[in-house]
Amino acid sequence: MLFPPPKRNSPTAQPHRVVVTGAGIVTALGLGWQVNAEGFRAGRAAFRPVTLFDVSRQRARIAAEVDLPAELPPTQLSANTLRRLDRATRMLLQAAHEAWTQAGWAPSDNLPVVLGTTSGEMALGEKYLQQAITTPLQRRQQATRIVHYQVQQQGLDLCSAFGFQGPLTNISNACASGANAIGHAWEMLRFGRAEKVLTGGYDTLCQLTFAGFDSLQALSPAPCRPFDAHRDGLTLGEGAAILTLETLEHAQKRGAEILGEIIGYGAATDTHHLTQPHPEGNAALAAMTAACASANVSPAQIDYVNAHGTATPHNDATEAAAINRWAGDCASALRVSSTKATCGHLLGAAGAAEAVVCLMALRGQWLPPQTTAGTTDPACHFPIVREAVAANIETALSNSFGFGGANATLIFRRWS
Amino acid sequence: MSRIFVHGLGAVSPAGWGVEKLSAALEQREPIAAQNLARPGWEKPLRVRNVPPPETRPTFFAHPRLRRAGAITQHTVAAALEALGDDAALIQSGARRLGIVTCMMSGSVAYSRRFYEEVLREPAMASPLVFPETVFNAPASHLAAYLGTNGTGYTLVGDDGTFLQGLAVAADWLLNDQADGVVVVGAEESDWLVADAMRLFQRNAIHGAGAGALYLRREKSATAGAELSAVTDSFLFTQTQNRSAAARKMRAQLPAGAPDELLCLGAQNLARPDAAEALAWRDWAGDRRAAKTVLGEAFLASVAWQCVAACADLARSRFSAANISVVGANQQAIGARFLACAKAVSVTGSAPETVDLF
Repeated sequence: MLFPPPKRNSPTAQPHRVVVTGAGIVTALGLGWQVNAEGFRAGRAAFRPVTLFDVSRQRARIAAEVDLPAELPPTQLSANTLRRLDRATRMLLQAAHEAWTQAGWAPSDNLPVVLGTTSGEMALGEKYLQQAITTPLQRRQQATRIVHYQVQQQGLDLCSAFGFQGPLTNISNACASGANAIGHAWEMLRFGRAEKVLTGGYDTLCQLTFAGFDSLQALSPAPCRPFDAHRDGLTLGEGAAILTLETLEHAQKRGAEILGEIIGYGAATDTHHLTQPHPEGNAALAAMTAACASANVSPAQIDYVNAHGTATPHNDATEAAAINRWAGDCASALRVSSTKATCGHLLGAAGAAEAVVCLMALRGQWLPPQTTAGTTDPACHFPIVREAVAANIETALSNSFGFGGANATLIFRRWS
Repeated sequence: MSRIFVHGLGAVSPAGWGVEKLSAALEQREPIAAQNLARPGWEKPLRVRNVPPPETRPTFFAHPRLRRAGAITQHTVAAALEALGDDAALIQSGARRLGIVTCMMSGSVAYSRRFYEEVLREPAMASPLVFPETVFNAPASHLAAYLGTNGTGYTLVGDDGTFLQGLAVAADWLLNDQADGVVVVGAEESDWLVADAMRLFQRNAIHGAGAGALYLRREKSATAGAELSAVTDSFLFTQTQNRSAAARKMRAQLPAGAPDELLCLGAQNLARPDAAEALAWRDWAGDRRAAKTVLGEAFLASVAWQCVAACADLARSRFSAANISVVGANQQAIGARFLACAKAVSVTGSAPETVDLF
């Protein structure tokens, strides 16, 4: 039953510790942990001209597109289903297979799946509308497009592919969706609602979103430069990232290899404006503070911040203000970077992909640099990581902020 | 032991603005008259059940954040404010922590269609005012801004049953003391694009629009008209589990029912889509109600109306309990159960402090 819970928790009950036992990632850097770890560690930018749709009449024309292989990992999907799989689902299956295989999980009757996305497979929705307008009496393929563009369909295909029975929860909190999904999964485990959860985020590039950000003049014509004094906008990307989360007891009982621990999550809503954050970063500060409170750590105990850092003038100024306020005197020693300089802004997948980057950094003991950074905005009271460096880091904090004022923060701890 | 009570209800539907109009329409069991909706490129219009204009313009329409907001946001805010009642002032003053869970399937489809049509015509001229309103969480954001609350808000997207998942998320937040109250809203809006798409799957279905809201709070004993007793597991429609099997499992997790209990179905009076649910509940002994047969297919708003109407009836002591059945469009079968407070009290044996009818 989803309610009441098997055992009602009280705030005083000892919450479970939650660990990550598998991680899968697909970005423009490539498929899988290894190639992405190499790319993020080097700060290798993965931008190129957009080929998925026409951008000739847009101000910006680059993005971080994923080269998806034709082959999929082995699944239980029928040939018919495989033939109809959309781009978003294909990315999701690649990432989920990597995570699930790494975790060594077996198909389960009751494996909660919590995903974040902003728009599912919107490219199919676009095709539906185009055909509905241009040839309104032509219905061919329209039903398939309607089914497969919907957010729930990608999750259902994921469950069918690997034999999961759900429940399936889709959180669409704009660009914080992936972080909110992981945070929600973390809470489910922490409060005893499940022993393991598959979670993460995904989003694909599509014309509607690209044109939307361009209409707001939020896209940069050149690769984005987070926290740069001369930044002029974000660069979009696409991808998927999936984590297998378990309670520590469950993971240890089955002898699983642990990649890291999630120790904190905080979320808050910024009511200042639908797209512009509060200038002083009130909600960002609230999310970071709440995450620290749930993790029982202070800012001084955070070794690295993976910033939301979209490179829009508004976001970075606000986030810098929030980090300055949150870190206080510790800010000057805090190491911060935005990996959107490497793989672009993955929207609903951003929080999940950046969670995987944090795990990579904690596992490998290095800091992901943003090699495109030039002159740091003086609003930043903290140093930006500009070069690939080895580092001793025990904890990492990841911020994700989205339209509608959705703010989410996750905190990770090295497993040793 | 804390329990979850429904402290307020709100609704916007083709029957009008407010729970009273919803309840009256469902009581009559007569389908609301459908309207024509022009479908570009077709001579024959589509048939839909739109939300009528409000009799008096709600004051929240004038809020700066809501001037350009689409219909789905107007429905969401109206239903939520009705459900919150006097607590809205407590939330606005910061005296009460509010969580917001909005649930939808199609979302802000009218603005999405409009924006993409602009992109197809000339992307450089597409409106920057419209694009932000296309995101799924825009209604939740506007509601939070109107109330001035910065608590956690989730927008859940999925088929009809997602509204019941939203109730379970809200209950968890309350039990974990993450909020003092949570408003859960199911909302959809009308557009020819959705009505057109629906015809591909259910030729005789009539698209509806609106929203329903439940305001939940955690209490130690009964202080309101209905208690959330259960939300079943979500049984997915997958390659290995069809709609009938999922519906059967959902049914099995809810009590058998008694003659004084109500069953709120998702049925539309359409043989094929209703079949799995009808089979699962063929032995139900009590009264039955199906909101969609009166108000149209409004996906998550429809399920919200099922719950709102059921809780309103429980508050009026017309039934002792109500089961909500959802065999969704393409994701899941899921159910819920509400108890009238009188019954909830008799189960626990403790006396209520007060019993409000919302």
